[in-house]
Amino acid sequence: MKDKIYKWVFTVLAFSSLVFLVGIVLVLFKEGFPIFQKVNPIKFLFGKGWYPTYSPPEFGILPLILASVWVTAGATLVCVPLGVGSALYLHELSGHRQRAILKPVIEILASIPSVVYGFFGVVIVTPFLQNTFNLPTGLCALNASLVLGIMATPTVCSLADDALNYVPRTFREASFAVGANRWQTLTQVVIPAAGSGISTAIILGMSRAIGETMTVLMVAGGSAVIPHSFLEPVRPMTAAIAAEMGEAPMGGTHYHALFAIALILFMITFIFNIIAEMISRRFRIKLGLSG
Amino acid sequence: MSKNIKQNLGFFTLFLCILITLFFLGSIIYFISVRGFRVISWEFLTQGPRMGMTQGGIAPVIVGTLYLTLGAIIFALPLGLACAIYLCEYSPKGLAVNVIRISINNLAGVPSVVFGLFGLAIFVNFFGFGVSILSGSLTLGILILPLIISSTQEALLAVPVSIREASLSLGATRWETIKNIVLPTALPGILTGVILSIGRVAGETAPILFTAAAFYTRGYPKSVFSEVMALPYHIYALMTEGTHPAKQTAIAYGCSLVLLLMVLLISAAAIFIRQRQRGASGQ
Repeated sequence: MKDKIYKWVFTVLAFSSLVFLVGIVLVLFKEGFPIFQKVNPIKFLFGKGWYPTYSPPEFGILPLILASVWVTAGATLVCVPLGVGSALYLHELSGHRQRAILKPVIEILASIPSVVYGFFGVVIVTPFLQNTFNLPTGLCALNASLVLGIMATPTVCSLADDALNYVPRTFREASFAVGANRWQTLTQVVIPAAGSGISTAIILGMSRAIGETMTVLMVAGGSAVIPHSFLEPVRPMTAAIAAEMGEAPMGGTHYHALFAIALILFMITFIFNIIAEMISRRFRIKLGLSG
Repeated sequence: MSKNIKQNLGFFTLFLCILITLFFLGSIIYFISVRGFRVISWEFLTQGPRMGMTQGGIAPVIVGTLYLTLGAIIFALPLGLACAIYLCEYSPKGLAVNVIRISINNLAGVPSVVFGLFGLAIFVNFFGFGVSILSGSLTLGILILPLIISSTQEALLAVPVSIREASLSLGATRWETIKNIVLPTALPGILTGVILSIGRVAGETAPILFTAAAFYTRGYPKSVFSEVMALPYHIYALMTEGTHPAKQTAIAYGCSLVLLLMVLLISAAAIFIRQRQRGASGQ
């Protein structure tokens, strides 16, 4: 009898994650949807002007979406070569002792808070870019891409390393047996075998970059215009929400618009995660690992 | 011959990759440590801010972060434990488990600023807790729930099935087995997860922007309904608000170093415990 009660308690509590996830979706819809009664959804998504505090205000989030895309793409260009390259080094070249130090160090570095990266971007990277490229301000899309890329590198590295470790030894041994050297084995056998696991790592890294807030809020520059170059200040979606929510009157159009941006952001990361999950499931089946 | 040249080139590139990665991450720690140490003193750690944030210390800020972290753990730990116990010990394999697993994975991927908006709409406005320690802790608690669940699950799965079976065969009920056998055995693993979550919560900024944080409060927080100063938000605010950028930047270096030390030490402790355990269990 008592056992049954416990089982019920655990079952109910186990659904809390589902409740919170559904709760988040409901809140985003409830608070975000009213904007579409005032602004045409097409105009909202593809409008080129984001002037929420002007009168009359303009709510076109294309500049914010493009800023997010640019910064995420830039960050990916930084974190994929560095993260995957480091993972390959850890996997293939580091000896036992080196690996025992490097792997935990990288895991520990992955826990540096994003606000610290943002602070580093403001005080170190900004003056550096300003002097190097002779810019009016060093707070720009390039700065955000660099800092975000460095920030995502440990995550990508750690996940890619896990994927490489799942590749069975026998694959490598078979390749050596037919006369391939280590580099050929790595590029033609191990990397293709771990390919989908590595892609999962990259997708999760990108998902982290697109949802990252504090870093871009501090270093992206914050101007809500359609970006033309990496050296211009931009305002990604997360930065817009974080910077403007404090001033948006509760229940007003601006408030609803910011929730609608969060809804779009949520959908993007949701899709990224689903894709990552699907790829990683196929990867496990391909290598004969249990689900 | 060219085969080996290619190999050397390739291996050199990989070596460069990890060198650049460690260089960047190292330089973050280097700059913040060197410039932060100049600011940190006994006074800095034990006194409140004075003269419009240009002098004095950050004691209330550190205390605020401790309150928020503690609150988040108090909220998320029982929920996360229950969820992991259900998934590992009771779960009939099927639809329910899959639904729960998928929602945990997706909850883990939600951007932190979205948690902030959720907290604002639900805890601050709907429940009327206002901008407070309570709202912030609950928001942060939801954020780390997936982390606590997955680390607890890992710890529970590492408990050998034979121990469970031995307990059940002696006539213990399922709950008695969990309470007396499984949980004590898995305790170190569960603690590791909790420690990692503490490190994560202490550094999160976006979720507390609109739910808990204030740039300046007079003295220490008085109840769970007061707003607080918190380390990560304080760094952000020092860089973006106020009227003395130069003096504030110096204090921000100090705050960053304190936060960095806290988070790195916490996660280093957790990771070393975990490595020793994995070593012990022969993985």
